[in-house]
Order: sequence, then structure tokens, then C-alpha cells
Amino acid sequence: MKTSSYTSTWVKMAIIIGIILLFAAPFLKIYPVFLMSMMCFALFAASFNLLLGYVGLLSFGHAAFFGGGAYIAGYATKTWGFSPEISVILGGLAGALLGVGMGYLAIQRKGIYFSMITLALSQMVFFIAVQAPFTGGEDGLQPIPRGKLFGIVSLESNNAIYFFVLAVFITGIFALWRVVNSPFGQVLKAIREHEPRAISLGYDVHRYKLIAFTMSAAMTGVAGGLKALVTQIASLTDITWQTSGEVILMTILGGIGTVFGPILGAGLVKSLEDHLASIGFPVPVLIGIIFVACVLLFRRGIIGELEHFLSRKKT
Amino acid sequence: MTVEIILECKELTKTFLGFTAVKNVSLQVRQGSIHALIGPNGAGKTTVFNLLTKFLTPSSGTILFCGEDVSHEKPAQIARKGLVRSFQISATFPHLTVLENVRVALQRKAGLATQFWQSDKVLNKLNIRAAELVEAVNLAQYMNTKAVDLSYGRKRALEIATTLALDPKVILLDEPMAGMGHEEIDRVVALIRQAAIGRTVLMVEHNLSVVSNLCDTITVLQRGEIIAEGDYRTVSSDLRVREAYMGSEAAHA
Repeated sequence: MKTSSYTSTWVKMAIIIGIILLFAAPFLKIYPVFLMSMMCFALFAASFNLLLGYVGLLSFGHAAFFGGGAYIAGYATKTWGFSPEISVILGGLAGALLGVGMGYLAIQRKGIYFSMITLALSQMVFFIAVQAPFTGGEDGLQPIPRGKLFGIVSLESNNAIYFFVLAVFITGIFALWRVVNSPFGQVLKAIREHEPRAISLGYDVHRYKLIAFTMSAAMTGVAGGLKALVTQIASLTDITWQTSGEVILMTILGGIGTVFGPILGAGLVKSLEDHLASIGFPVPVLIGIIFVACVLLFRRGIIGELEHFLSRKKT
Repeated sequence: MTVEIILECKELTKTFLGFTAVKNVSLQVRQGSIHALIGPNGAGKTTVFNLLTKFLTPSSGTILFCGEDVSHEKPAQIARKGLVRSFQISATFPHLTVLENVRVALQRKAGLATQFWQSDKVLNKLNIRAAELVEAVNLAQYMNTKAVDLSYGRKRALEIATTLALDPKVILLDEPMAGMGHEEIDRVVALIRQAAIGRTVLMVEHNLSVVSNLCDTITVLQRGEIIAEGDYRTVSSDLRVREAYMGSEAAHA
């Protein structure tokens, strides 16, 4: 017991240092757009992890919510001139709406069939994004103005929007953490661990799964909306199945079912992509190698292996 | 004096793609009794069990629980009504601690299952009751151990504690002694006796001798049909039962 409180002190310190670093980043001359898009993907991966890590559902269609959120938020600012906070909320609502529908259909099946249904449905959303007039087809929506926060503070400068993104990011991660460590989260874990047993204890497993799916989709929509404002573009890349695959990689690399794993995973994958693209290395090759190494060598992911190591040392 | 029937099924039949696994099974479970459903491999015991707990839907026939027709209800629904099952392969939540396992069962009735905005610290108020249940099955020293690290017999005990946490009217146990040594069997028999106080237990078992001292009524199933019913004496001396269990030669002998 003593050791576990000891480790949790370390975790708390790491969180505080992390937050301080994130606040200080704009003054450290780190390219802010890169950091911001990293935070968007970290929030995306963390939302995805709510399903994979805590309910045991592998969605292969989360790009639909990410891209959907990006398109709606982009359209709301660009065409309707909504302020950024409203647009991001709309992005979240779009994710939630898509999530309820897709989730309802997908949770009727389990395992690989569940994943295939999410993939198929997200491909339908992709098709709509290609065909519908409001998405701009191949060009996507661009340039998306960043607008004025609450209609007052202009977010056009990178430093200004950085703090908006940081605030949404921290709030989002906190919300996900709260859900995972709540009475509801405890039931989710029970479902993940042994679904028939949870049913035999009287839990309407479908309802819990659907709520979790919708929450995950909504937060993914928020991440997508945020990303549209940061990069000022909402395009087909956001909504392809490759993006669904990428978020799976981020989560597995960082550690499934850990709070900080997906954040770390997103940071690593995005940094690698950014770095390799600049030196002209074919990114998918390395991503593939990482994926294989991860599955063969450290299945718990980086944070997962670390936690495992620490808990083994404890006993 | 009329005996109250708490769980009853009438002419229950289940076919899987033309194969009749369970045929016209009618069963009455008296309130407060320990009732065993036994039979050789493939007799349809587990199918009957899954039908009663709604994990399978019957092809025809009705199921009455407390006089109410529950033939078309969902498994979670009848669990909430007080008909709670266990599983053949020990069903615990492996990466939750022993205390958490039992607490999950308490959460729903306590109205602490859907609050996603609250800290899970609010669940600590269920700890006292959960600890009582854990102690009752002699697992007190494993309170904070993850279920995955328990021995097979202790997982069984934990499962029974979790089931009792729901305070069910009827407990359905699916082969609770499967794969256990003698000592462990004795321990589980004691646990079932303890759990049965003030409750009804229906258990599926492979082995006739295991249930001999424990059960008030034994129903013997063979090839999907009931071939005998009564107390241990009646059943064990029944010719067809002996035939089913020991082969026809033993019956002739």
C-alpha cells in the first residue's frame, strides 16, 4: 500500500510537470501548430481508449467521428461564422450523433464482427464526405477561420489559439479520466472483464456499451473540431480508415487501458511522422514496424509495461 | 399444506438446427429447497440451465418464476427479479480485486452504477457490506487480491459471494464442483449449504454422489428428457438412472 501511494506521488508530479511544460511551450519556441495537433490526436486517442481499454470494444471506425467533428466545426465557423467554442461543441455533437447510430448497430455483435460493422459504417460516412456538396470533396474545407473566442478574443495568432486548445485538451482528458474512475466506469470494467457475468448481475450491458460508445464518439468529435480550427482545414484525410488505424496504433503503442498511454502514443506517432516526413523517409514502413514490434514485444504498450514493471517490483 | 413452487418450467423444448437438445422438460423447484439437475454428458443439463436463465430462448414451452411468465424476458431482467446464475467456468472479473468483484454486484441496487461524473470513491460506502460477504466465504485475507490470482476453489467462493451480494431468491449454479479435488468439494458443499439458508438453490451437476447429501430433490436428465425425479434414494435405485450412469450391464447385474 505504501509503495502504491509512493508511485502515485510520482504520477502526480509527472502530471504537474507535464501541464507546466504544456503551458510554457509557446515561450520555448516549439512549433505551436505541431504541439496543438498533437494534443488533438492525443484527445482523439484517449477517447478511443475509453472504448478499447475500458469496455474492451475495438472500433475500427473512429475516423468517422474525428472527421465528422472536423467537417461540422469547420463548416460552422467558415459558413455560419460561429465562434470557435460553439463550433467545437457542434463537432462534439456531430460525433455523438454519429456515435449513437453507429454504436447502436455495432454493439449488436461482438469481437471482430463489432469491428467490421464500425469499419463498414465509417466507410459510409467517408463516402458521404466525398460526395456531399458541403464538404468540398477532394479539396476539403479550407481555409477555416479560427474566429473569435466568445466573439471577443481573436484566435488567429498561434499563441492565442494554443491556450484555447490546451484548455479543451485538459478538460477533455480530465472528463475521460473521471468517467473511467467513476461508478459507471467500474461497471464498464466489469463488462470488459466478463460480459456474461455482468449480465447475470442484472446489468443491461447493451445500454452501458452504447453510452460509452457515444461518449467516446462525442469526445472524438471535439478533438476533430479542434483539429479543424488548429490546422484550418477539414479534409478527407481526417475521415479515412487509415486515420482509424492510426489511432489504434497510438493507443496500443502507449498502452491500452491506461490514462496516459494514448497521450504518449499520439505524441510519439505524430512526432515520428513529422520528423520522418521532413527527411523523406516512407512513414508507413516505420509505422508498420512499430506496430509489429509492439504486438510481438510489448503488448501492454509503453505505459502499460511500465505500470506492470512497477507493480511487479512492489510485490 | 401447499408447497410453494418458486421456479417452474412446462414442456420446455430447445432444438438447435434440427437437433433436439431438450425435449418436453417440466420441472418444479420448491421454495427453500436445494434441487439438483443431474445427468451424464450431453444430457442437456447446461441447455436447461441456460434456458432457465434466459441465456438461450426456448423453442417452445413456458418458464414461470414466482408464478409469473418469464419465458420471453432478457437475462439481465430476470437477474434483477432475483433469479441469479453462476457459470460452469468460474466467472469472476479477473483484473478487479476480490472486494471490487463483490462490490460491482452491490452497485446496481445501491443506485451507484450510472454516475459517470462522480468519483469512484463514493463506492467505498459499499465496502462494509462487500467485506461481510467476502468474509462469509472465508476470503477475508484476499480482500485486495486480484481475482485472477486466486486458486480455482477460491474463485468459486468469490463467485458465490458475488451472487449472494444480489440477495437473490433463487440461485442457479452450473456445475459448482466441476474440476475440484475432494477437499475443495467439501468446502463448496458447505458454502452452498450456507448460501441456501432462506433461499432456493437449483444446481446442475454431473456427478450423482456429490449431490447425494446436499440436495432435497434430484432430477435426472438423459438425452434431453427427464427420466427420474425424487430424493437421492429413489433416484439412485431407479433402474433407468443406473443404466444411464453405469451402462446397461451394471443395471442388469
